[in-house]
Amino acid sequence: MHLIHSNELIKPTLGRMVVEAPYVAKYRKAGQFIILRINEYGERIPLTIADSDPNAGTLTLFYQVVGKTTTDLANMKKGQSLKDIAGPLGHPTDIRNYGTAVCIGGGIGIAPIFPISKAMKAAGNKLINIIGARTKDLLILEDELREIGGEMVVCTDDGSYGKKAFVTGALEEIIKREKVDIVVAIGPVPMMRAVSEMTRGYAIKTFVSLNSIMVDGTGMCGGCRVSVKGEKRFTCVDGPEFDGHEVDFGELMARLGTYRGEEAESMEHHKCRLEGVTGHGK
Amino acid sequence: MANKIPRQVMPEQSPQERRNNFNEVPLGYPEETAVLEAQRCLQCKRPTCVDGCPVQIDIPGFIKAITERDFTKSIQVIKQTNTLPAVCGRVCPQETQCEEKCVLAKKFDPVAIGKLERFVSDYEREKVNMPLPETAPANGKKVAIVGSGPAGLTAAGELAKLGYAVTVFEALHSPGGVLVYGIPEFRLPKAIVHYEIEALKKLGVEVTVNRVVGMGETVDDLLDRGYSAVFIGSGAGLPQFLEVPGENLQGVYSANEYLTRANLMKAYRFPEYDTPIIRADNIAVFGGGNVAMDSARTALRLGGKNVYLVYRRSKQEMPARAEEVHHAEEEGIDFRLLTNPVRFIGDEKNRLKQVECLRMELGEPDSSGRRRPVPVKGSEFRLDIDVAIIAIGNAPNPIIQKTTSGLSTSKWGTIIADENTMKTSKRGVFAGGDIVSGAATVILAMGAGRKAALAMDEYIKTGTW
Repeated sequence: MHLIHSNELIKPTLGRMVVEAPYVAKYRKAGQFIILRINEYGERIPLTIADSDPNAGTLTLFYQVVGKTTTDLANMKKGQSLKDIAGPLGHPTDIRNYGTAVCIGGGIGIAPIFPISKAMKAAGNKLINIIGARTKDLLILEDELREIGGEMVVCTDDGSYGKKAFVTGALEEIIKREKVDIVVAIGPVPMMRAVSEMTRGYAIKTFVSLNSIMVDGTGMCGGCRVSVKGEKRFTCVDGPEFDGHEVDFGELMARLGTYRGEEAESMEHHKCRLEGVTGHGK
Repeated sequence: MANKIPRQVMPEQSPQERRNNFNEVPLGYPEETAVLEAQRCLQCKRPTCVDGCPVQIDIPGFIKAITERDFTKSIQVIKQTNTLPAVCGRVCPQETQCEEKCVLAKKFDPVAIGKLERFVSDYEREKVNMPLPETAPANGKKVAIVGSGPAGLTAAGELAKLGYAVTVFEALHSPGGVLVYGIPEFRLPKAIVHYEIEALKKLGVEVTVNRVVGMGETVDDLLDRGYSAVFIGSGAGLPQFLEVPGENLQGVYSANEYLTRANLMKAYRFPEYDTPIIRADNIAVFGGGNVAMDSARTALRLGGKNVYLVYRRSKQEMPARAEEVHHAEEEGIDFRLLTNPVRFIGDEKNRLKQVECLRMELGEPDSSGRRRPVPVKGSEFRLDIDVAIIAIGNAPNPIIQKTTSGLSTSKWGTIIADENTMKTSKRGVFAGGDIVSGAATVILAMGAGRKAALAMDEYIKTGTW
């Protein structure tokens, strides 16, 4: 069991949880993820680790409330526990001194970009952060990212905060202004695709971190397979980061939609249960 | 006397009934039936059946105890060499092991050794409060087991009995490996696996779940922090795909994913359980082994109306157990033999709609000794399907091999280990089960776990590698 130290919605649909997982906190590196299960009935969901405190033995996780499991997660209170946390999983980000590193986070993708920005800065890179979201209410970690140092560009699609621009627009300005050696982009699939398409034109190496559907996270189920350079790769053990110029984003997006119907059914069932129509007998 | 009694049939749920539930199919022998079946055993002086058993159970011994109605003694005889009889009695391929070697099999039907094994192990679990097996006093040495499948559990049990402090590391949230994620409830009820694991815990075995050794802590780290030896039983958990176009469409599953969702995550009870699985009318399973049968029969129970089993050779070449093939046919699985998929076809939303297949014919024998299937030119046809399940085998899970220093592996990615001692190329590290043999059976994995435990004891005591 993993004791929850704090859990709150920091934005209307974005939650932040600090939870005990001493083993993961000790070993995890930037770019790695965990799989959690709330309770005996829960599904296994992967979440990237945003931060950890090895001394306190805790992890900081961010989640977007989109379906049944993340709604349940948002309802968990300090003092309650999560049943399972497995990790660290996946390859860490390939951190080294590339020169100038642009780290781009979109929406909930700002959370996983945070440890990478930190590690890129620590490795000696000139760091430029770009964060973006549809609207102001979906932006997170701005202050924390500023604290790392380096340049910071904030944009929103609707102009409610920062620049009224897409992250690709902000990136292109930088690329035209100075030499960029590495781009790391994490966010919604269309954003990662757009960034990768742009940097391809400039031949700038670009990492993206994929959020495929997965079950075990150890290479056993193959549900997280993606086409990279035309070959099957597993996000859990071969990724989660891949060269953005080689990923088949269209296929990834289609696979992410596999359970749309079931997700709606699960939410419906959940609401019924809350209203006392049916129950787990817990 | 013995040859006058026919082999006793075990009652089963009828096909019509069982295709609508996940309850176990064979219902077990009633006591009288078990005694009658046990009386068929000739009690051979030189029992050939034992040679057919990978863990050399004293088969005549446990059967004799059944004829004497001393079921407690019977289970004790089995447990001398087999830690998981309730599992083996259900999933072992007895027809190619002990029962194939039974003397009666030459003229009559062999003694139903597996069904008797199941009977006494069920008797123990349901009726007797068995005392814990005798264990040697704690010797103060720690050993680590990586993976809690049949190989790991067996090694853990043997080492605990020898007085070791045993820790089992399991990657998933529930121990049991393939016994919980792979084999369906209707063939191996999970309560049985849990019972066996609880029994190990009573022996003092510690089980750490959610721990992927190699990610974070490595095998080298375990040796460094005081484990005298490590056993690796990480299994054949890397699904193979057909490598045909369209295999990444929505609706195409590996058998591992399909079965893990259904079994481990209990998606068959969605939405009570949160994990979804696609329920569809038309489902095709590709492959001819036990995993393919399990997948097809699971698909049927999840409401499939037309469940096809597509296999490129003929029924004769199927690697699945005869009993599984028979059960699948009885339940109405539509066997499409000598048929090979060439591509999957999706709709505009990338959802699977059809599979295009070729008919095959059998040519000359190949390296496996089975006749090689050859495509019939111009025989393409399509099946309408919404779900495809690929059950053509598993490769070894690579995590340990990639993260352990000095561990030799084969060109197939399996860990190389001595076949008698299960010693690897790395001092203090032993390995067994599918990670060494490639995908095989539960009982072979258990045999390897047992051999490794004895060799680990020897190594720790003597310090000689």
